[in-house]
Amino acid sequence: MSEQTVSRPAGASRAGSATPARSGRAGRSPGTVVKWVLLAALLVFLLVFPLYFDEFWLRTGFAVFGAAIGAIGLNLLVGTTGQLSLAHAFFLAVGAVSYTYISGESGGLGTRASLDGLGLPPIVGMVVGVLLAGLAGLVFSPIAARLRGIYLGVASLGLVFIGVHVINTWTPVTGGFNGRAAPEFSLFGFTFGNSDPQLWVLGVPFREAERLWYLGLVLALAAYVFARNLLRSRPGRALQTLRDSEVAASVMGVNVQAYKARVFLVSSMYAGLSGVLYALSIGSIAPESFTLVVSIQYLAMIVLGGLGSVGGAALGALFVTALPLLFQQYADVLPLVSAPGQGGISAGFAARFLYGAAIILIVLFEPAGLAGIAQRLTQRFRRGRAPARGGVAAPPPEQPGSAPTPSDRPAQGSDTR
Amino acid sequence: MTQFLSLLLNGLSLGAIYALIALGFVIIFKASEVVSFTHGSLLLLGAYAIARLSEPLGFLLAVLAGLAITALAALVIERFIINRLRGAPVISLAIVTIGVDIILLTELIRRIGPDILNVPHPWGGESVRIGGIGITQNRLIAMIVAGVLIAVFFVAFKYSSWGVAMRASAEDGETAALMGIRQGRVSALAWVVAGVLAGVAALFLVGSPTPGVSSAVYATALRAFPAAILGGLDSTGGALVGGLLIGLAESLAAGYQEQLLFLGRGFGEVVPYVVMIAVLLVRPSGLFGTKELTRV
Repeated sequence: MSEQTVSRPAGASRAGSATPARSGRAGRSPGTVVKWVLLAALLVFLLVFPLYFDEFWLRTGFAVFGAAIGAIGLNLLVGTTGQLSLAHAFFLAVGAVSYTYISGESGGLGTRASLDGLGLPPIVGMVVGVLLAGLAGLVFSPIAARLRGIYLGVASLGLVFIGVHVINTWTPVTGGFNGRAAPEFSLFGFTFGNSDPQLWVLGVPFREAERLWYLGLVLALAAYVFARNLLRSRPGRALQTLRDSEVAASVMGVNVQAYKARVFLVSSMYAGLSGVLYALSIGSIAPESFTLVVSIQYLAMIVLGGLGSVGGAALGALFVTALPLLFQQYADVLPLVSAPGQGGISAGFAARFLYGAAIILIVLFEPAGLAGIAQRLTQRFRRGRAPARGGVAAPPPEQPGSAPTPSDRPAQGSDTR
Repeated sequence: MTQFLSLLLNGLSLGAIYALIALGFVIIFKASEVVSFTHGSLLLLGAYAIARLSEPLGFLLAVLAGLAITALAALVIERFIINRLRGAPVISLAIVTIGVDIILLTELIRRIGPDILNVPHPWGGESVRIGGIGITQNRLIAMIVAGVLIAVFFVAFKYSSWGVAMRASAEDGETAALMGIRQGRVSALAWVVAGVLAGVAALFLVGSPTPGVSSAVYATALRAFPAAILGGLDSTGGALVGGLLIGLAESLAAGYQEQLLFLGRGFGEVVPYVVMIAVLLVRPSGLFGTKELTRV
């Protein structure tokens, strides 16, 4: 999971330098095999998960998958390209609202007769939601492309507030202040609900939670693979150059404006998909689901995971999303944490304290985030298995300058001192 | 017409408060290259401290204590976090202040809860009329105090040795350091000044017509961000103009809400952001900000 935005050869040659006798270039080193085995084991674990765990875990898992998609998208923008954006909640909202509007029925429930909806199949809603979020990103990108670094951060803040205002106001579409229910997902007649059709796998009833788990898993995997491939390709390298120096990038022939627009497009499409999954996981949308707090949560995810690391973003999403839910579930066992109104710190607050502190510690001591820690551990593991030659404790083989370390903090546009 | 004038005056007074916050924001940026996202919760901290302490200490002492607490909190953040990250990229610095903001804000919201804490301003909630235009005493005093403070600040910024040191290090940090200007001290002082300004802004922001200290004050404080941005992040004069502009825009949008109903209720709260984005479209570095030059 510690895949970095740097192309593979860097890591491979590093492993090779730890075991110089065998030229690491030929064939796969044992480390790579171990890694593939671990990945396969993780995949199998995720596949059989619904057979053994109950609904709470599955629902948490689905929320994590959705958040992971959003975090991967934000990471492409902030971590890889170095564009600080706090507007992620806005793009999530575009996806979620479009989905509920396009696939929802008009009329809605009893008293809420003023709701509009197109009643199209949910898959159409999902696709159009993603496209609309992408479009919103594309529309914003000319502004974004003109703004450097921190101006963008604060300008994107504005988008979130405007978004919440629109959701509050545009009642026929969004349900207004009270929000509206999100339609159940279905794919070519197969609903992701509790019944219709009844489904049993190995004696386990497959209800809404189980079905959604697999939906989330597939989408998150696709998002992960796409982002990783993107980063290893030509555009991915262009984006990283953009982060390190816009001037250098344009000298190398990278069209700065066009690439910024494209990364905004991709990132907000990720956010749109994440928003759709969010609507599915909560079952409804409301203005307070898309406030600044949400943007900040996503930022927390990618900082914790490690800026620029796709796997790190997924890890960060797991941490930030699952933590409050776990605290809530086990409030009576954990010290200091308690149910609301019982004197202790409520679950939501406790989680926020924890990830707030984690952000500070990560920036201070481990800018590469969880992904950086994971990478260091695997390196230590490899070094441990191939004892240093010559008896003397070998100096750490990797120097910060020798390879484009992924832990490089995103540099500002142009540092022309 | 009276309505317009009244909105204008109230907008200016609100803008003066925003200008105080934005000024702190800009000073911090100039001195330590940090965009401090903690500023909103620092302000809320000041407001909370004043509200809680005015019971045992009395109003005046509570205000002084509140200012001291805000300044101290800013100093602690600068010394223990920002100072350690000297030279780190702007984005990392911004993110770390977001981390601090999460913690501080969460704790304050937890303490305040759903309540609205009252601050017993001795000037109460009455309005005064100036030639038929109504404005609350609180806002009037706010305007005067903010005016004086801002004037004092600009004079100090221009003539005092601290001001000169700060301008020098904002201009060119390395040269300033070589000339014997202690960057750490300049930056620490900037944070303290910004903390005090935020504390003063807090004092007036929670007075009438605002009901008191609640977590909503944080959202109000955030609207000073667009003020700082649209004036230009590295321009103190810009912060002043930006603050007044945002205050006016918000007040007018709220006042003419009925005519602007197609934009939805509560549009006044969003107007600062709309204005900011509009200005940034035309001038990407704000009204008075230095354009970033790229030399190859």
